[in-house]
Amino acid sequence: MKNVRRKECLAMILAGGQGSRLGVLTKSLAKPAVPFGGKYRLIDFTLSNCYNSGFDTVGVLTQYQPLELHSYIGIGSPWDLDRNNGGVFILPPFVQQKGGEWYKGTANAICQNASFIEQFRPTYLLVLSGDHIYKMDYSYMLDFHKQTEADVTIAVIEVPWKEAYRFGIMNTDKSGRIIEFDEKPAHPKNNLASMGVYIFNWEVLRNYLALDDCDASSLHDFGKNVIPLMLKSGKKLMAYAFNGYWKDVGTLESLWEANMDLLSDNPKLDLYDRDWPIYSDNAQVAPQLIAATAKLNKSMVSLGCYVLGEVTSSVLFSGIYVGEGAVIKDSVVLPGAKICSGAIVERAIIGQSAVIGAGCKIGDSARSEITVVANQVIVTENMVISGGAVVE
Amino acid sequence: MNDVLGIINLHENEKLLKEITRNRPLAAVPFGGRFRLIDFVLSNMVNSGMQHVGIVAKSKYRALMDHIRSGKEWDLARKRNGLFILPPPDHVHYSNSIYKGDLENFHNHLDSIKKSQQRYVLIAGSHTICNIDYNDAFQFHLNKKADITIMYKKELPDKEKSFSMATVLNVDEEGRVIDMEVKADKTDCGNICMEIFFIAKELLVKIVEDCVARGEFDFIKEGIIKNLTRYKVFGYGYNGYMAKINSIQAYYRANMSLLNPEVWIELFNKMGPIYTKVKDTPPTTYRENASVKNSMIANGCVIEGTVENSILFRNVIVRKGAHIKNSILMQKCEIWPDVMLENVICDKDVKITQGKRLIGDPNYVMVIEKGMVV
Repeated sequence: MKNVRRKECLAMILAGGQGSRLGVLTKSLAKPAVPFGGKYRLIDFTLSNCYNSGFDTVGVLTQYQPLELHSYIGIGSPWDLDRNNGGVFILPPFVQQKGGEWYKGTANAICQNASFIEQFRPTYLLVLSGDHIYKMDYSYMLDFHKQTEADVTIAVIEVPWKEAYRFGIMNTDKSGRIIEFDEKPAHPKNNLASMGVYIFNWEVLRNYLALDDCDASSLHDFGKNVIPLMLKSGKKLMAYAFNGYWKDVGTLESLWEANMDLLSDNPKLDLYDRDWPIYSDNAQVAPQLIAATAKLNKSMVSLGCYVLGEVTSSVLFSGIYVGEGAVIKDSVVLPGAKICSGAIVERAIIGQSAVIGAGCKIGDSARSEITVVANQVIVTENMVISGGAVVE
Repeated sequence: MNDVLGIINLHENEKLLKEITRNRPLAAVPFGGRFRLIDFVLSNMVNSGMQHVGIVAKSKYRALMDHIRSGKEWDLARKRNGLFILPPPDHVHYSNSIYKGDLENFHNHLDSIKKSQQRYVLIAGSHTICNIDYNDAFQFHLNKKADITIMYKKELPDKEKSFSMATVLNVDEEGRVIDMEVKADKTDCGNICMEIFFIAKELLVKIVEDCVARGEFDFIKEGIIKNLTRYKVFGYGYNGYMAKINSIQAYYRANMSLLNPEVWIELFNKMGPIYTKVKDTPPTTYRENASVKNSMIANGCVIEGTVENSILFRNVIVRKGAHIKNSILMQKCEIWPDVMLENVICDKDVKITQGKRLIGDPNYVMVIEKGMVV
């Protein structure tokens, strides 16, 4: 093996998740590759955070439907991670001399790639999720980890008390040391939720991964197995408080909501911040053309769109056609979709390259459920699709 | 087209664009919301299948180098062939020396041109805007066994258009060029030369050497026009959309023509894509009460005011109550509340402060220089 330069801290992004609650959107797409915010994919945030924080060596662990995710990441050029020294590495499960297997859990995915990690001889390992939306400088967290001489540092965010039952909750002492970890507690004692951002001392983690690997009853998951095991044996686990926008878009509703969050006058997630740009693969298309008949209000529109109709409180990805008299309201329209003249789309997610025929009525703003039209679906003229339906 | 070497000749008259080309070559002039002029010729070459492109630079080419870098965006960062920049001869950098003409620059790089594997050369300028597949014209060049083929577009009389210092050519029934002249003043019709030439590499080398030996340095006037009888020079008529950027008025009109959906589709959505240096800008946000009509808007803008018949480049901010009409705002312009702009071109990084009213004439648009705060 070639002589690899040592890296103090290596980032590993868990990107193998299915995101099953995103339904048709993740039918043939890994969750980290799900489109968001008019031009991005979810993994852009984690990769951009890595680059902006000064981490130049990133492993991306993939498993579920990786084709589009792999070709998207490529050699990492959009995030400046195409490097001679370090850069991005795509790490799917692989066959070994004796067997080889799928990643059985988050911890197992890291464990199976121990030799990849070893070649960089890192002191610390930063473990991240590839499907969260947030802007965070990991270098501050690493400083905190070093200062507190922790074995593990877990980034936490305050969540509303009534939602705390959905998260992994950290119970801490006054110094911020984690004394208890409750995975989705029925009666939460605290509202500090784990963001799925961990810094480990690699040597410590390596030992625990080996222990966990031998445990046949383990689910090989960081939150469920490895972290509790470390707590039990008295390792020093610190909570690192993060306050900023953070969202795990687990469901279609929360994905829709996260898109809508961008449309407020002062969005909590500022995509226009030049000090912390979010990098993405940029489409090589023309600027958007807004016709004389168009009306745009509280919306986000990307390159290559041709808008003749009305767009209100919606996010339009690139290359979308909105015909004359068409109305798009409270919706997210993915790249290349065509909304023909007179069609009405309300409170919906329209998939990539879907076609909504003239005069169709999709969804209903009065209802709370999101209507979804899957990728490439063609809805013929004058069809009415009621609120909350999923069209495949 | 693999057998064709592309030479982008930046020996172009830059003075015609006044303030806009004060610190940048014509090739690096921003155009159409997110492009620079050179993107069109470069993308056309790449989309036609050419893999080896040289840029004959003339002056002020830092802005150009910054834009092109390795040529990666055009897939021209290659191990074999790819993109290379041919800077002007060394003495041109000294103040007391006179730049004689483009052939001097060609001559300076003749060894590099000779060395290329391609047998043919396509020479094109950067100020002709079109989306074109060169294959048909090249095939015509081969079929006619022409020595030189010149692309032209037949323009009918049109008051809206004028071509400053255009090269106009006359062709006979067979397509052979019988006369050609570089107009000193404006013209609005005729066979306007697109400044796109096909020529065998060997012949190009011979013409360059012959001209330089006789103290002649102008490719069009001395390399071609003087040789119209000596060589078989054919014209290839092109019928698609073409704009020539050779005056501020032409620049303004060409930008505005993109608001016509037919032109927008022909230039950007019909043939291959036009590549440019990408910037990581978010999509454009239209806030409550924004009103945008008949405009072309790039990514990264935030619009709170009114925009009509205008072109906004990347990262332009239009605050509440501002009204932008018939104007071009380049990258990172900031328009403060209650500003009124009409028939104005704002170069990059211009700030127009609260309540200002700037109104140009449709026939003489106001140009605000890069970085100005008004």
